[in-house]
Amino acid sequence: MSIKKKAMWNVGLIAALLGLLFLLEQVLPSGSMLFTVLKKGAIYALVAVSMNLLNGFTGLFSLGQAGFMLLGAYTYAILTIPVESRHSVYQYFDGGIVQFAIPVPLALIAGGIVAAVFAYLIGLPVLRLKSDYLAIATLGFAEIIRAVFQWDKLGPLTNGSNLLRNFPSFRSVLYPFIVSGICIALIVMLINSTYGRAFKAIRDDEVAAEAMGINLAHHKRLAFVISSFFAGISGGLLAMYQTTIQASMFKSAMTYEILLIVVIGGIGSVTGSCISSFLFIACSEWWLRFLDNENLYIGSFHVPFLRPGFRKVVFAVVIMMMVLFYRKGIMGTKEFSVEGVSGFFQKKLGRKKAAKGGASHE
Amino acid sequence: MSNLLEVKNLNVSYGGIKAVKEISFEVPKGEVVTLIGANGAGKSSTLRSIVGLVKPEGGSIRFKDGELAGLPTDQIVSRGITLVPEGRRVFPDLTVLENLKIGAYMRKDSLEEDLRWVHDLFPRLKERSWQLAGTLSGGEQQMLAIGRALMSKPELIMMDEPSLGLAPIIVQGVFDIIREINKQGVTILLVEQNANMALKAANVGYVMETGRITMTGTGAELLENEEVKAAYLGKAKEK
Repeated sequence: MSIKKKAMWNVGLIAALLGLLFLLEQVLPSGSMLFTVLKKGAIYALVAVSMNLLNGFTGLFSLGQAGFMLLGAYTYAILTIPVESRHSVYQYFDGGIVQFAIPVPLALIAGGIVAAVFAYLIGLPVLRLKSDYLAIATLGFAEIIRAVFQWDKLGPLTNGSNLLRNFPSFRSVLYPFIVSGICIALIVMLINSTYGRAFKAIRDDEVAAEAMGINLAHHKRLAFVISSFFAGISGGLLAMYQTTIQASMFKSAMTYEILLIVVIGGIGSVTGSCISSFLFIACSEWWLRFLDNENLYIGSFHVPFLRPGFRKVVFAVVIMMMVLFYRKGIMGTKEFSVEGVSGFFQKKLGRKKAAKGGASHE
Repeated sequence: MSNLLEVKNLNVSYGGIKAVKEISFEVPKGEVVTLIGANGAGKSSTLRSIVGLVKPEGGSIRFKDGELAGLPTDQIVSRGITLVPEGRRVFPDLTVLENLKIGAYMRKDSLEEDLRWVHDLFPRLKERSWQLAGTLSGGEQQMLAIGRALMSKPELIMMDEPSLGLAPIIVQGVFDIIREINKQGVTILLVEQNANMALKAANVGYVMETGRITMTGTGAELLENEEVKAAYLGKAKEK
């Protein structure tokens, strides 16, 4: 398939997807679980891809994603709360010190930039570390950030440990899809550029990459900063989705969720991360919810064991199975493509035809 | 003949252990120079310090009238030196073509001509352009490692044990390629334990022992030298 045809297929698919979403919104009630899953899934897809850029493509095992999301979410919220409602939001801090509001898209980008600046500063010392040590250091950073943002003395800026609310949010499911889609497209372009090739070379063999003239420190920092930038934007989107935020939301458990999405989708596969983030959110928010229902009857049979929280047990088991038997994730390092799907079906059809042909000979 | 590379009183140490002690040697332009010696003689450390992967402790490394000691690796590579690292070290999860392109990472001009050059030298690499490098055989990986280094259009290519872990027939092929590359105008600094092959290919040879250069001469001279024979070529001294 030529590149042009491939691009047309992709554009067509994206248009069809957006059209379908638009249609669903007109037909289904807005409170439907499906939209919850789609919105949150799109946001998690972005942060999962940004984490994949680091873990899967550059080989830097970082666990600071929740911290960078927090930075993005807080920057977004602080910059967009309308001036007139600041007094009620910052009720313990005399309306806070920020007395202006900027448009939403600018605030989202600002969230990304703040996260990127922090990543640059953190990266200077931390990126000298390797593998597990880097993971521990970035995890520590995320925890410190969370604690600092809850600090009373920063209250006029962050509202301490109180909720931030009243900032603009989105209603349509199209919004997170389009923003995430643009960001993921940018990441994919980066991965396919010469920089992306250098990242992959660093992942495969640092010494050889350095011998080829790739400046390790510079490229690692670049990957770290860019990944954090997009994590910041997804933090802003998450704030919009949840309509209120609080630093205590961004626990390390959140980073683990994202890591799980990346691992389940396949480390080193962008489309894998996207697919698995929707699956993950659908399972944890929707499909496995019935397990929390204590009074579930099938006919007159009372299903035992079910109680609030049981969902998480089942979920943990599913993940264990996944890691044990499906180690490379859904996609491995492959990417989902029209070509791949059509090739897959062609192969199946071809095999059937061949089998039939063989049979008719006898 | 002018010297492309001049190393003077080079010292390299790893945390107090001296690996290379005050060595000096020259690589004349257009020739094949080889450093031979046993394990731990300091050959690899010498190469690694020339390309900046380890910082030399003292001494000077002059390349085309510029000082290299203390420069970061990317700047050294962009001046026209490449290292084919020991044990091949291709990028296993990148395709053959991607590996080659990484070799040209420091260059901004068109790669087409050099890709053709490398593909002419190694037709096998062209056939396998889309294959992951990790799935190649050892000999093919060595070819890829050399091709990758050539993609940076080096004036000096340094090879660290290109015969390591390869079957004798493949080793022969690798040395044929080394001669061919040299004929096309690339200067070669070769580090080898396979002294016999290396000295046959080389114009000038240096023998390293425990961090020092103990002998020097043309390739043919060293091949005939009794001590070299006894130590590296497995032939007993005649009594």
